[in-house]
Amino acid sequence: MKKTFLAALFVAAFAHAEVTVIRNATIMSESSKGTFKGSILVRDGKIAEVGENVMVPQGATVIDAQGQWVTPGIIDAHSHIAGDGNINEGSVSVSSMVNIKDIINPEDVAIYRALAGGITTANILHGSANAIGGQTIVLKMRWGKDADGLIFEGAKPGIKFALGENPKRAGNPVGGGRGAQPLNARYPATRMGVEDVIREAFNEAVQYKAEWDAWEKGGKQGIPPRKDLKLEALKEVLEGKRYVHAHCYRSDEILMLIRVADDYGFKIRTFQHVLEGYKVAKEIAAHGAGASTFSDWWSYKAEAWDAIPYNAAVMAKKGVVVSLNSDDAELMRRLNTEAAKAMKYGGMSREDALAMVTINPAKQLGVDNRVGSIEVGKDADIVIFDKDPLSTFSKVQKVMIDGSKYFDRDSEVSARPMKEASKQKMIDREKADQPAQKRRPQ
Amino acid sequence: MKFKQESGARNQKSGVLAAAVVCAASVFGAANDTFFIRGVDVYPVTAVKMENVSVLIQDGKIAEIGAKIVAPKGIKIVEGKGLRVYPGMIDSGTTLGLSEISAERVTVDTGELGEFMPQLRALIAVNPESEHFPVVRANGITSTVTYPATGGRGGGGGGSQQIIAGQAALIHMAGWTWEDMEINRSAALTIQFPSTAGGRGNFAADFPEEFGGPQQSYADRKRAYDQAIQRLNDFFDAARQYQKERSNNAPGFKKDLKMEAMIPVLDRKVPVAVTAQRERQIRDAMAFADKQHIRIILLQPRELLKVAADLKAKNIPVILGRTEALPENEDAAYDQAESLPGLVFKSGVKFAFATFNNEFSRNLPYNAARAVAYGLPADEALKAVTINAAEIWGASDKVGSIEKGKWADLMITNGDPLETPTEIKHVYIKGVDIDLTNKQTRLYEKYRNRP
Repeated sequence: MKKTFLAALFVAAFAHAEVTVIRNATIMSESSKGTFKGSILVRDGKIAEVGENVMVPQGATVIDAQGQWVTPGIIDAHSHIAGDGNINEGSVSVSSMVNIKDIINPEDVAIYRALAGGITTANILHGSANAIGGQTIVLKMRWGKDADGLIFEGAKPGIKFALGENPKRAGNPVGGGRGAQPLNARYPATRMGVEDVIREAFNEAVQYKAEWDAWEKGGKQGIPPRKDLKLEALKEVLEGKRYVHAHCYRSDEILMLIRVADDYGFKIRTFQHVLEGYKVAKEIAAHGAGASTFSDWWSYKAEAWDAIPYNAAVMAKKGVVVSLNSDDAELMRRLNTEAAKAMKYGGMSREDALAMVTINPAKQLGVDNRVGSIEVGKDADIVIFDKDPLSTFSKVQKVMIDGSKYFDRDSEVSARPMKEASKQKMIDREKADQPAQKRRPQ
Repeated sequence: MKFKQESGARNQKSGVLAAAVVCAASVFGAANDTFFIRGVDVYPVTAVKMENVSVLIQDGKIAEIGAKIVAPKGIKIVEGKGLRVYPGMIDSGTTLGLSEISAERVTVDTGELGEFMPQLRALIAVNPESEHFPVVRANGITSTVTYPATGGRGGGGGGSQQIIAGQAALIHMAGWTWEDMEINRSAALTIQFPSTAGGRGNFAADFPEEFGGPQQSYADRKRAYDQAIQRLNDFFDAARQYQKERSNNAPGFKKDLKMEAMIPVLDRKVPVAVTAQRERQIRDAMAFADKQHIRIILLQPRELLKVAADLKAKNIPVILGRTEALPENEDAAYDQAESLPGLVFKSGVKFAFATFNNEFSRNLPYNAARAVAYGLPADEALKAVTINAAEIWGASDKVGSIEKGKWADLMITNGDPLETPTEIKHVYIKGVDIDLTNKQTRLYEKYRNRP
């Protein structure tokens, strides 16, 4: 009830405009045009023109962004919002048959909060409870739309892998230590076992694929092989139709997965978290994988002990496409200042730092032809900041997705008294409706 | 007394420098905590900024600030041209020194067993060699209040059962021993005020069970809450009785370590840091403080705006948690945490910032900055990580601003320390030049140069 009420208010807050011009802004385009003072023309949800001066068509909505800054919509390559809390199918070591797409909750208020932090696109992943986890989905933060309306149409689907402490935890004897009974133990319990689980799965998947390939080569005659939903997703990985996003921490496990992928002939699209990626940046770059990391998380568990805030910069300088992600509904709201940390730790340029939350994650998710920079022909996913977006003192003023305004701080703030009053009315009505004896004891 | 304890090329080099300084500065007692910052912009926090002045540091203390002072002959000179000097920042809440890897129980010393444990001292469990200190210091944070527990989630077996967790200490973030590091060994007695939440987090307390609320009925939880407050009052009453018998030298009087630890609190020499988040908890905590006639500091009182006028009237300061935080409720404003400090400032309640997190203590200045984006004046944000904290924790004669006679806990920067890309060029603690390298910079240097 409350959710619907809130959603209705937020939906009412954005209005679709066919043609919009953002003028007088400092634009960090994250394209070859760099950062410049200018204007953007948005038509039919796409960026139609970008330049120092843009002709304002008749009837266009004009946003005067004098003194303000504009960036491409921010992209989070690792999030679990809108997942309704159920993101870990941890009962099995390989859960490639499940799909996050099936549990998208478009009413999760985290979507709106992310939007208010400038996020326009996010990669929603399965959890890290198993070596091979569930299928993933890329969303646009189109708050107010239904689950289908959030899906980033055309974005290649992915699958979550996970290495290290999380997938092996379920295999640890309960209570730990010698003599403890391995109650409900689930293979694997070690990093050795994690490798084996992945190899066993791909050993199966390769054979499964061979059966299907043979059947298709034979003109699809006779009875087709039995369909296996677990192996279907891995077959797609082998065919390059599905991206692998692998949760990992230590350099040994990162290298392990690269070698497993090499052996089975598939690619790791991104290493996620990858806190020791700086130790094996050369190998990650050679494999062609991207790296999506935290700016400065460390010490929260043993495998995060060697994490360094210079990780992003070292990997970038060694040729890896690097993004900074949140993995967290709170942090997600301020990836712009997370990017600024890549300047502090490792001396990235302003543009290269912002790229880590815009064009780089777009590349990693295979959607850089659509989003990630302010260029003609791309989706009009645009953020307006009141100040330099790399300043800790800045905040988001407006967010546009596909040319429509989805967040406007001024409207949000001015609507607050009305919202408060409506809320109070509902509370009063609820109290009046409820018979006294049914009320909770005071 | 250099704190440069790491070996390696860089250290050898600074060793040579240090030796040179020792010779040159012999007139100052061969100390390396005596030097002169020349031509720097000073941001004292307690006064307006002074451009292009010099600062004389003698025996670890700030001796002189001014445009006209001249460097004593032979003193070590730090060129400050184009740079700024600020007081080192204070994080008003961490478990630094007591907790290393939060998920690994054996590395965590917070959250002892026992409900009333006022005799426990965080200070004596501070590991001066914690890898966290150099990491946090590198961002200009020079001291912290370190707590014996973190509000019910201690590493020990008893965390959530504790009401009095022990004594929090205000420490410098560098020193050879915890005695070296001490600023105030008993900055506050730590109390986790009882709550009606039934152990599921305070903000689910009012929800029905199917929405994540407590499984116990409200009546049961309220009874447990009232009983806990009663036990707390009984404990204080017992301490007062003990104090009486002690001063009367009553027959049969026996020394009791718990009761001994309560005396400075009863005498209002040591304040009580009370964790209380919801309005009812805050009000009950204030009533408790009145009844027991003790001084309190409120930790993370999230609903404090509802009681701000009373807090101001009673002069109760508060420690605000991170502005990098989600709203408490689904229908709260998206910027609730960010806007809170600005509103608290307007209400006139005194406050300082804390991260309540070792991992992110280094981001203390950015939490303050985020509050500025949402309405807090920038100079107030800076005060909330320096002088306000020093005042609240009873150390404003020692740290928290650049004033004559205070410890030279300083940072020299090339810009506003609340801005992320600003470089912290030097950090001084008790006048000692702190090595800004740490575990992370060492790994960085090692692997960036990997062939």
